[in-house]
Amino acid sequence: MTGATTARPLPTDPGERGAFAPPTALRLPWSDAVDARVDVSQIADDVVLSVRDLTVEYRVRRGAVKAVRKVSFDLRRGETLALIGESGSGKTTVALALVRLLVRAARITDGTVIYRRGPRAVDVLRLGASRLRHYRWNECAMVFQSALNALNPVIRVRDQFLDVASAHGMTDKRAAEARAVELLRLVQLDADRVMGSYPHELSGGMRQRVLIAMGLLLDPQVIILDEPTTALDILTQRTVIDLLRRLKQERQFALVLVSHDLALAAELADHVATVYAGRIVECGPVADMFYAPHHPYTLGLLNAVPTLSGDFRALDSVRGQPPDLIDLPVGCAFRPRCTFATATCEASDPDLLRVDPERSPVPGAGGHVVACFHAEAASKTFDRHAGGTPGK
Amino acid sequence: MTAATMSLIQAIPGMGALRAIAVTIGALLRQPSGALGFLGVTFFLAMAFIGPAFFPIDIKPKLDKIYLLPSAEYPLGTDYQGRDVLSQIVHGGRDIIIVATTTALITTFVAVTLGALAGFLGGWFDSIVLGIADIILTIPQFPLLLVLASFVRLNNIVLLGVLLAALGWPALMRAIRSQVLSLRQRDYVEAARCLDLGTAHIVFQEILPSMSGYVAISFTLGMINAIFLQVGLIFLGLVPLTGNNWGVMLQLAWVRGAIFYKNALAYILAPVIAISLLQLSLILLARSLEEIFNPRLRKGN
Amino acid sequence: MTTLQASPAGARPGEGTPVPLISLEDVRCHFRTPRGVVKAVDGVSFSAAPGEIVCLVGESGCGKTTAGKIAAGLLAPTGGRVLFEGHDIARLRGQDFNRFRRGVQLVHQDPYASINPLHTVGATLAAPLLRHRFASGNAGARRRAAELLDLVDLTPSADFLDKYPHQLSGGQRQRVAIARALTVEPRFIVADEPVSMVDVSIRISLLNTMLRLQRELGTGFLFITHDLALARYFAWGGRIGVMYVGRMVEIGLASDIIARPQHPYTRALLSAIPEADPEVTRNKARVELRSLEIPSLFRLPSGCTFHPRCPLFEEGTCEVATPTLARPAGSVEGSHEVACHLVTRSA
Repeated sequence: MTGATTARPLPTDPGERGAFAPPTALRLPWSDAVDARVDVSQIADDVVLSVRDLTVEYRVRRGAVKAVRKVSFDLRRGETLALIGESGSGKTTVALALVRLLVRAARITDGTVIYRRGPRAVDVLRLGASRLRHYRWNECAMVFQSALNALNPVIRVRDQFLDVASAHGMTDKRAAEARAVELLRLVQLDADRVMGSYPHELSGGMRQRVLIAMGLLLDPQVIILDEPTTALDILTQRTVIDLLRRLKQERQFALVLVSHDLALAAELADHVATVYAGRIVECGPVADMFYAPHHPYTLGLLNAVPTLSGDFRALDSVRGQPPDLIDLPVGCAFRPRCTFATATCEASDPDLLRVDPERSPVPGAGGHVVACFHAEAASKTFDRHAGGTPGK
Repeated sequence: MTAATMSLIQAIPGMGALRAIAVTIGALLRQPSGALGFLGVTFFLAMAFIGPAFFPIDIKPKLDKIYLLPSAEYPLGTDYQGRDVLSQIVHGGRDIIIVATTTALITTFVAVTLGALAGFLGGWFDSIVLGIADIILTIPQFPLLLVLASFVRLNNIVLLGVLLAALGWPALMRAIRSQVLSLRQRDYVEAARCLDLGTAHIVFQEILPSMSGYVAISFTLGMINAIFLQVGLIFLGLVPLTGNNWGVMLQLAWVRGAIFYKNALAYILAPVIAISLLQLSLILLARSLEEIFNPRLRKGN
Repeated sequence: MTTLQASPAGARPGEGTPVPLISLEDVRCHFRTPRGVVKAVDGVSFSAAPGEIVCLVGESGCGKTTAGKIAAGLLAPTGGRVLFEGHDIARLRGQDFNRFRRGVQLVHQDPYASINPLHTVGATLAAPLLRHRFASGNAGARRRAAELLDLVDLTPSADFLDKYPHQLSGGQRQRVAIARALTVEPRFIVADEPVSMVDVSIRISLLNTMLRLQRELGTGFLFITHDLALARYFAWGGRIGVMYVGRMVEIGLASDIIARPQHPYTRALLSAIPEADPEVTRNKARVELRSLEIPSLFRLPSGCTFHPRCPLFEEGTCEVATPTLARPAGSVEGSHEVACHLVTRSA
């Protein structure tokens, strides 16, 4: 799914760029995006990204792959939301849809992705080509899996930074370079050496940090990270994690973290959303999700993660195979693999409902929501201390 | 394309050679150049082996009909003795195709066997095979054939095929060997070694089947090369082949000075075009086979 | 579980100590390349008793895969010996060699590359069964193949026998690879990162299958991984060895290594690994290294190869002499051994 996409900006048409490129400035308010403008009053003040009913399908010969089904969440300023799930769950497609970098066979069939900066808000899904280009990188940067492929192998790091800068309105070369150096220092790289290097001369961890620095170049409000540490060695992975946590605090950008690695989510996320068969089936604050999960699938994921601390306990994977996204099971998509399933689960697909009725039912808005008829029963079977929570 | 490839992947290993061939032909017919090549080759095979039954050869010299222009009676005109050119074309393909096929069969068999063993075993076997191959490769083929042809009486078409094969296998052997060298690094080959499945099993069951496409392409290219060489030899008169054969036709046309007669154009062009069309069909076939098999080879990684 | 000294050199039957099933003694593997000599494995010793689980843990480039291939007899070491039941495998001939060859099997990391895409699952399993007479006739091979598929939890096995690899998921392929290794009834399986290429959600069930095989069939495992949490889970009750650029820096009982790591590198690794528990992982004590740079295999640091990064670095000691595996200071018994001058130095 991610094969065709990279973190590099799309090739830009020089004429169009000239017309659009603002003369200076990193922090530019939205120009006149009338066609995509949205009434800002319906969005809470601190929400930067508000996704509603996002639905994405892939057309294949056999039919429509329902990769994302009615996904909704709010992302607040400075907040990190982790999307977790097994491969093929649709979590990467959600991330790609947020910056509209889907492959050609994919179609966003429903929903809105409202991006807000200050008093203005736009629907990302309705942005025209040039404004979309501004939105990517300037407002919402993405750092995708496999750092080697995301960087052009035959262009020095310096020129890649300058390319991104000039393609997005930073016309002052010297200023752009100075900023690149500053950012490379921020991600703890030897800026002078790295700027003059080709990507292959850098290690995997260094490349990953270069990409993070590049993502920060235009000071976006939102950064999307897809499996940022998967290919890295343990000690490098730790450097990247610590770096992200520090940057997040200093710069207050919002992060969307896509990962199959629950430990990474536990490290970085403020909110965690479990994605199964294209749906968010549970979402809540990180502590609630790890210590009081309510969806049987979240429970299953947690019960399959080996730990280093705590008592030894037998683990097991969630039984069965992920569903066929073209021909989904009737009712709850998780039903065929679920130990709690009853006839109710076949009758209808459960709605996302708040676990704690006093909070908002919208994922990411501070509450804990779950889509399961047997959430109460499931949560009771979870042994909070089994994973080794320290007694405080 | 991909659908054809997928059905090939599924068909070849399990369902036997016939089924694999049927699927390959199906895939060939789905692309224009493949269909053209396949139909062309089929046409020439039919003409060479079935055609003579319907077109008896015209061997009677007719002095009043020398170098006639094409007509309803003689669609390709007549030759220097007034004989029908079309019947010669129909009869003249058989030997060419037999020699080409013999050469390609022997070349492929020797090259695949030696190449696979040399690549897999390495060591002294590899050195010896490579040494012999390099010696043969460094000698210019055509002059050597000229010299050989003057010593050996090549009046047997199979013998000619064997001779051409003796000089043709090294190039293909080297290609096969280098493929085997890369294939033997595959994890599944290492697994077979670990299971002590034996050299024969590893070479013939694990490594060679994934090269079947490449071998099919090489076979076709081998035929093309053999046709080129034998026609050249015959034309130069170094292979005293009797009987009917496009090469002999060309040589006779040359020796009898047909090129000086305006009316003999059809007579001269007929064997040239027949050879060219057969070659073209084989090239189209080889190219399409390559397109069909290559993604599959890559898929095997 | 029996634990053994890391290098029971020259142990012979009847000398009191149990003979390890397989042991590596000061094994080296140096590759000549155009850029110089690469010391992929540089003096590694460890052994495994029958039915024991040993884990080799380390980051990429530490030599764990090379060590695994040497243990499986697929790569000849350039120095040192590999003993199978006390006999040097380089000197085994005929029947004895065959016993070793079948006795130690390898499961590769990548199940997409380790199974021939042209053969059905049934044919893949039948070939070794028939060749080594673990089954007779095609029907017999098919029956035994089905049993093996049941054993690795590919059920119903009849559904899988006629499938081609491309019709299977990564996890299913890896189960086929394990079943194939089991065809020759090995006593020891080297599993090289067997779950790193399969989806995270099914890794544990694959490990559980392997653990069941260890329990039910008494098959020993050399489990190679970069993931210490997986090593802890799989080797619980067995041993873990930690490797760093070609050398073993620490080896001991899995529980000891995880709970009481001694080598500064092991401690750094353990403190760096994120855990699926927000409070634990965010409050972990960090071991800060002096450098993040992994040394080039072409130019290894002198003395202890970890010294340029080591927080305990002591000038005049660490860069001068190469430490050997020894008991940490203060411990009298147990099999925990560390290769660090400072940790093993008696006060």
